[in-house]
Amino acid sequence: MKRVVITGAGTINALAHDVKGTLAAFREGRCGIGPLEIRDRDRLSIQIGGQVHNWNPDSHFNRQQIVLYDKFTQFTLLAAKEAIGQSGLNFDGHLGYDTGVVLGTAAGGVNTWDENYRTVYEEGKNRVHPFVVPKLMNNAAASHISMEYNLKGPSFTVSTACASSNHAMGQAFHMVRSGMCRAMVTGGSESMLCFGGIKAWEGLRVMSKDACRPFSLTRNGMVQGEGAAVFVFEEYEHAARRGAEILAEVVGFAMTSDAGDIVMPSQQGAARAIAGALRDAGLNPEDIGYINAHGTGTAANDRTECAAVADVFGHHADRLMISSTKSMHGHLIGGTGAVELLACIMALRDGVIAPTIGYEEPDPECALDVVPNVAREARVTAVLSNAFAFGGLNAVIALRQPR
Amino acid sequence: MTHTVKDRVIAILAEQAVMDVSDIRMEDTLQDLGLDSLGLVESIFAIEEAFDISVPFNANEPGKSDFDISSVAAIIAAVESLVSRQQAA
Repeated sequence: MKRVVITGAGTINALAHDVKGTLAAFREGRCGIGPLEIRDRDRLSIQIGGQVHNWNPDSHFNRQQIVLYDKFTQFTLLAAKEAIGQSGLNFDGHLGYDTGVVLGTAAGGVNTWDENYRTVYEEGKNRVHPFVVPKLMNNAAASHISMEYNLKGPSFTVSTACASSNHAMGQAFHMVRSGMCRAMVTGGSESMLCFGGIKAWEGLRVMSKDACRPFSLTRNGMVQGEGAAVFVFEEYEHAARRGAEILAEVVGFAMTSDAGDIVMPSQQGAARAIAGALRDAGLNPEDIGYINAHGTGTAANDRTECAAVADVFGHHADRLMISSTKSMHGHLIGGTGAVELLACIMALRDGVIAPTIGYEEPDPECALDVVPNVAREARVTAVLSNAFAFGGLNAVIALRQPR
Repeated sequence: MTHTVKDRVIAILAEQAVMDVSDIRMEDTLQDLGLDSLGLVESIFAIEEAFDISVPFNANEPGKSDFDISSVAAIIAAVESLVSRQQAA
């Protein structure tokens, strides 16, 4: 089995348009959630979100590109540019055949669906732009990255609701570890902050109207976010030979299915995924210093997740740190695990644990060290990132400091 | 309108619970009716549609809502109050 390392990272989300700015926001415990600026906001009962502001596609893409790129693709391409740029890899030659793209998104081009439904239903037009289909398809972002960077290996898109990115990165990890690919571009994105995207979520009555406060007794639901994060996963020897800077090593991955309820999480399903990732990584529970929680801020998730962590880690659950950065960037749904992996890398590289902001009052059912409100300096050598999706699909990734 | 608010709410809950209207008792809880969280949000949606009202309910803090869901009788009273408030407006 090959070792797998991360040699590039890129992002755009409500906190910043790059990794540096995002990590600075994590350190400051800054909140990127605020009033939404979207069409027909007054008809929504949920009017906040982790929206990407000052986004000007014209400064990144030409007209021919913009007519083909939904916002989720635009976000992905920006993040990919940063990640691949940092990795220093060039895929023009042989490496292009040995590298693919696996991305996660729950819903792909939602803005394109939304805009064109308006055209035909609201405005009563009988004609839409010819590129609607290639723009909205869930694999559009993966395909555009492959075209932009000449990546000719295995490429596809994974859609498992809120676990999409973790499932995608797990696939990329497996493909490099098995020797199938030399490198993989992976991560995920989501852009659902439009009238239809939010209206759909309102229906479930699990959204907060004021803030995302994971693990706090006063939490009252999730807040949607948008954006993307993309990473370059590379075979260790390949990276070492060329003297690449290694951000972290991917050491384990596990996925489980609850086979239970379409929306309610299962403690056992989550615990099996966490334990499975440890086992796959060859790590002991005591090795884990930090967990980036799924931590959606709903009553059900946070309680279940804490119980699963307590179950797997026993006494060590009281010594490790667990935080939810969704309190800052919102829930990026299919893209969330990718953005959250940045907090894991920051913990390992910089020794800074991103906080759970908006924390007001302890919940006895979430009695773990959730790093409330203020970032903390701590030395950790191995970390986990949790993702537990609607539909009962769980995916947990383990990272460690490069050896 | 021939049906009372009470009759219509009971009909909605009965449909969700897959029960006969006659088997639903005023003191029944949602649990007694076998309604889970999805059944509840679907019932609330059906109530909003039937009476053209907006029900303030967040599944994360059911206790904090003005909309009392502790029993069939409580739900009926809450809907009656929302309907009368809406007619007054």
